[in-house]
Amino acid sequence: MEKRVVFRSAWLPYALLAPQIAVTIIFFFWPAAQAIWFSFQLQDAFGLHTEFVGLKNFSDLLRDGNYLASFKTTAVFSVLVAGSGIAVSLVLATMADRVIRGALAYKTLLIWPYAVAPAVAGVLWAFLFAPSIGIVTYVIRKAGYNWDWVLQGDQAMLLVVMAATWKQISYNFLFFLAGLQSIPRSLVEAAAIDGAGPARRFWTIVFPLLSPTTFFLLVVNIVYAFFDTFGVIDSTTQGGPAGATQILVYKVYYDGVKSADLGGSSAQSVILMLIVIALTVAQFRFIERKVQY
Amino acid sequence: MVENRPWLTVMAHAVLIAGIAVIAFPLYVTFVASTLTLDQILQVPMPLLPGDRLWENYSRALTAGASGAAAAPVGRMMLNSLVMAVAIALGKIAISLIASFAIVYFRFPFRNFFFWMIFVTLMLPVEVRIIPTYKVVSDLGMLNSYVGLTLPLIASATATFLFRQFFLTIPEELAEAARIDGAGPMRFFFDVVLPLSKTSMAALFVIQFIYGWNQYLWPLLITTEESMYTAVIGIKRMILGGDALTEWNVVMATAMLALLPPALVVVLMQKWFVKGLVETEK
Repeated sequence: MEKRVVFRSAWLPYALLAPQIAVTIIFFFWPAAQAIWFSFQLQDAFGLHTEFVGLKNFSDLLRDGNYLASFKTTAVFSVLVAGSGIAVSLVLATMADRVIRGALAYKTLLIWPYAVAPAVAGVLWAFLFAPSIGIVTYVIRKAGYNWDWVLQGDQAMLLVVMAATWKQISYNFLFFLAGLQSIPRSLVEAAAIDGAGPARRFWTIVFPLLSPTTFFLLVVNIVYAFFDTFGVIDSTTQGGPAGATQILVYKVYYDGVKSADLGGSSAQSVILMLIVIALTVAQFRFIERKVQY
Repeated sequence: MVENRPWLTVMAHAVLIAGIAVIAFPLYVTFVASTLTLDQILQVPMPLLPGDRLWENYSRALTAGASGAAAAPVGRMMLNSLVMAVAIALGKIAISLIASFAIVYFRFPFRNFFFWMIFVTLMLPVEVRIIPTYKVVSDLGMLNSYVGLTLPLIASATATFLFRQFFLTIPEELAEAARIDGAGPMRFFFDVVLPLSKTSMAALFVIQFIYGWNQYLWPLLITTEESMYTAVIGIKRMILGGDALTEWNVVMATAMLALLPPALVVVLMQKWFVKGLVETEK
């Protein structure tokens, strides 16, 4: 889509674009280019000596068991976050779409977690489940289970998944609710007249018609789990115990900032960039085609 | 409602109430903990009804912070968060507004090239270029400054898209009329485009305010002085190793203080929040 009526000026459009482009070049393209450049280099710990090593950083990474484990951790984490977030919010949105009385109050009470910073969400959940003083820990222990996410990898994963999902439910809920409300009533009514019950109507009409929203949310949630959950991890498990919750973004940070391994961290950044590009392309293809069956 | 099934409606209410209760539970416990003494929290299980230390805990947090190595008043941190959130939101809106105005209302060489340059920033989140960006900001001498906290985050592909989409829906007749009346591009921008964009700007402001307030990784990297911490970073710095060493009552009061402003923005500006959320993802 283009405007027919436009203005003419030799310099004004460039001046208007200048601030955005300047920030983009200085803080996005230049660092990204440097990340790519560093990824081909090997530096000693003090940054005194640099050597061009080609693809060595990448081949080292792909042979590093910790890195491959981090890939697997990230995959498990993002599938759990996206899956449980989408399932819970779909249930809540379906119910909210049904009620008339109190609809606004329910909506308001469900959307506020969006405003909570991931790092704060992590603190809240870590406090509930704290090994020695947590209130939920107390209940779990009473029930006869051993709970200590500081030592148990699976429990640590469960904790970060809960905290990350909790924060994202509001977002999914709003999109599902909008999707549900745009489904033509006539379709659902026709099915009801033909004798289809509520469950049947949901699975044969509503759920398929929601598929564009579901696909869209799947991609958004995976992007969220990959990149925006850094705060959740850093304020709770810090990647531990023994790397059980070390997702890729956390490892880039840890290797680069804490271990000062510039080359290795940059190579990881480059791999992450490729993943973001793939996810962004997927996201835009879904939006463009509006997946309809 | 398609048909009258009372038990289904009852179930819907029950599921929603249960869902809200589970979702609100962490917040409730946080609030309760922020009104107790540390001893009350450390006794297992902690009480589930608010105590009487609300005023003491919150005023301690605001003026002094939790005791420990990195004690700093949260009042100052909240000011930093506010400056960061408002500067990022306004900065993003300002530079995206004029950039999309240029892209929509002018024809000039490299127009598409610039548009794609802005688009590509979507694919470069700060998480994937942590160290080089830190280096750039440090070389520019922007560590521990408001400029360093905000400037690198104000480029925005989503805001540029949003305004571009919106400008494309402005009727051609308005620009035609403006040109016939002899108005230049900037006159048209200030008298026609800007007033029409008010709702989009409000929606975007809500979303970007929350985005700015909740930033974590970036302030964690570039703020080393306590006077530049944001509220979200402050909490992290207050939690020491071991449950018993941390002053949980003050930490929890800080957590409430850190999440209250953005939560209020979402709840009180709900209409714009929903609009902004849905539109920035188009």
